[in-house]
Amino acid sequence: MANAEAANLKIVTKNFGVTDSHKLSVYQQRGGGQAFRKALTMQAAALVDEVKKSNLRGRGGAGFPTGMKWSFIPKEAKTVYLVVNADESEPGTCKDRELLAYDPHLLIEGMLIASYALGCKHAYIYIRGEMMREARIVEDAIDEAYAAGLLGKDHFGTNGAFKLDITLHRGAGAYICGEETGLLNSLEGKRGWPRLKPPFPAVRGLFNAPTVVNNVETLMNLPDIVTRGGEWFAGVGMGKSGGTRIVCVSGHVAKPGVYELPMGISTRALIYDVCGGIPGGRALKGVIPGGSSMPPLDASEIDVPIEFDALMTDTRIKDVEIRPGVPFDLGGGRKLKTMAGSGGVVVFDDTTDVVALCARIMEFYAHESCGQCTPCREGSGWLARVCKRVARGEGEPGDIELMANVANGIGGNTICALGDAAAWPMLGFITKFRADFEAKLAQSAKARGTAAPSASRAGAAV
Amino acid sequence: MPPEFSAQSKQRIDRVLSRYPNKQAALLPVLHIAQDEFGHLPDSVIELCAKTCDVSPAHVFGVVTFYTMFHRSRHGRNELMVCTNISCMLRGGYQILHHIEQKLGIKAGQTTPDGAFTLVEEECLAACANAPMMICGQEYFLDLTPQKVDTILDDLRRRWREQQKMAPVGGGGTLHGVGPTPGAKA
Repeated sequence: MANAEAANLKIVTKNFGVTDSHKLSVYQQRGGGQAFRKALTMQAAALVDEVKKSNLRGRGGAGFPTGMKWSFIPKEAKTVYLVVNADESEPGTCKDRELLAYDPHLLIEGMLIASYALGCKHAYIYIRGEMMREARIVEDAIDEAYAAGLLGKDHFGTNGAFKLDITLHRGAGAYICGEETGLLNSLEGKRGWPRLKPPFPAVRGLFNAPTVVNNVETLMNLPDIVTRGGEWFAGVGMGKSGGTRIVCVSGHVAKPGVYELPMGISTRALIYDVCGGIPGGRALKGVIPGGSSMPPLDASEIDVPIEFDALMTDTRIKDVEIRPGVPFDLGGGRKLKTMAGSGGVVVFDDTTDVVALCARIMEFYAHESCGQCTPCREGSGWLARVCKRVARGEGEPGDIELMANVANGIGGNTICALGDAAAWPMLGFITKFRADFEAKLAQSAKARGTAAPSASRAGAAV
Repeated sequence: MPPEFSAQSKQRIDRVLSRYPNKQAALLPVLHIAQDEFGHLPDSVIELCAKTCDVSPAHVFGVVTFYTMFHRSRHGRNELMVCTNISCMLRGGYQILHHIEQKLGIKAGQTTPDGAFTLVEEECLAACANAPMMICGQEYFLDLTPQKVDTILDDLRRRWREQQKMAPVGGGGTLHGVGPTPGAKA
């Protein structure tokens, strides 16, 4: 663990459990608003530097350094948009929904700070359509902020006059809108089809203007970075990942929940110390560490910290393979282990039918593929159909190789990461739990072998 | 008669249009408002939304059919969105779904003949720490068991009956008789 201070540190969940934490008056009583006032005394460039120094990384899935993302906005840009990605839909992830419900004003303050730093005058929150309750809470919080003069009115800071408007925009049910360019198209009143990059949103994003898309949790870290400094934030983290990490633990644990924890905690400590272990004293089979699009860990790999870089590079985690002994190539010879993703940790014990679990993941991506790219549109359907038939005990010889080939054909060959999101767990499940897939195929072969010959069945039908 | 937005919806739409630099960007909010008012989005409402946002009906049709929350046919008053994705699946999400199917006598994707319930098998609804779960409107029902589901369904049906009593004679919707009826093929 990087820092003793990190053990019990709460940055984004500090107001959880406080009565009426979603109200502006409660937020302000607890010190909310001071960070934005401090930010107004700073130059925009100094704020961007502070965020760079903090090692804050995007909490939506990719873990991209936030300060660097901000610095891609062209200096001469007249109109800049900030868009909050609150389209949380990655299976196993339930943090943003709780953050929005408990502390919408922390998000608004984070947005004020980011907008001041970026020169944004109108920011949008893209909230998932199904989150009707949270949409109401956030809408009420925005109304409160307008009434209090925080939004829609001039603030005077070192950069001159600054005024921000915030609009809440509800999605309508499409996982792909969590992909940032799909989100932008959806926000423009179109189908949520991801865009080819480049140009990246920082150059040409919403309404063709330079745009920063940040996750809810990412922005909620900003007030503490401004108040306590980027160096402090980097110091409580681990390696090149600043701050704490929110994990959402679900599946076979005694105490599932949303926890704010030190970056350096291991998956083992998370399951057995924080979440009370596996019910009934059963044994661990595996863990999905960062939402269903990430390759799983098996029970021997859980001593690695949940930090972004550790999960990508630690040698205790096996490489994901396209067939035994041949690692999957992420491009340029880079190998795939797994990723911290969105912080959705799904734990499954040794009673789990892992092939059925994998099939359900494939069904999800097949359902959510937007249909633009052939490898993903067709391939995700193939993976779902073949994996389901293997799970049902109707698999055919060669099905494992077939699935691995299809997955390998999708990975890296699509406009956006949804193709990878289907391919990676498919290859990951086969790599880590190949024996389970083989056992299913052996079962189906046995069932076929003992079944009555088809000729006599045809005769009976006549 | 082509449908028109009510005065209240028009007010909401004016407010929405003022928040975007062009009318097309307001399409999703306008479709939500339209569905709130008319219950679903038949061709006539799609044309109305196209006019409102200054885009072609074909564009609106493409958008409506892309998103799962926009309906082309009428749905029940209570839309039960039951999650069966992995976190819920590991803790009995499918048992919950099948229990509701049995209890309501319909399959996922169908509406009860009285229009009280539409059952939807949903993808992850971001409440994984409280699996299995479902949403109905703004209400979350968490850590479900079949017994809990029984109580919830009874309660929702009772509330629906009370609302029925308060509804104006002849039905409240301005789209009465437009579009397919519940249970009919779209």
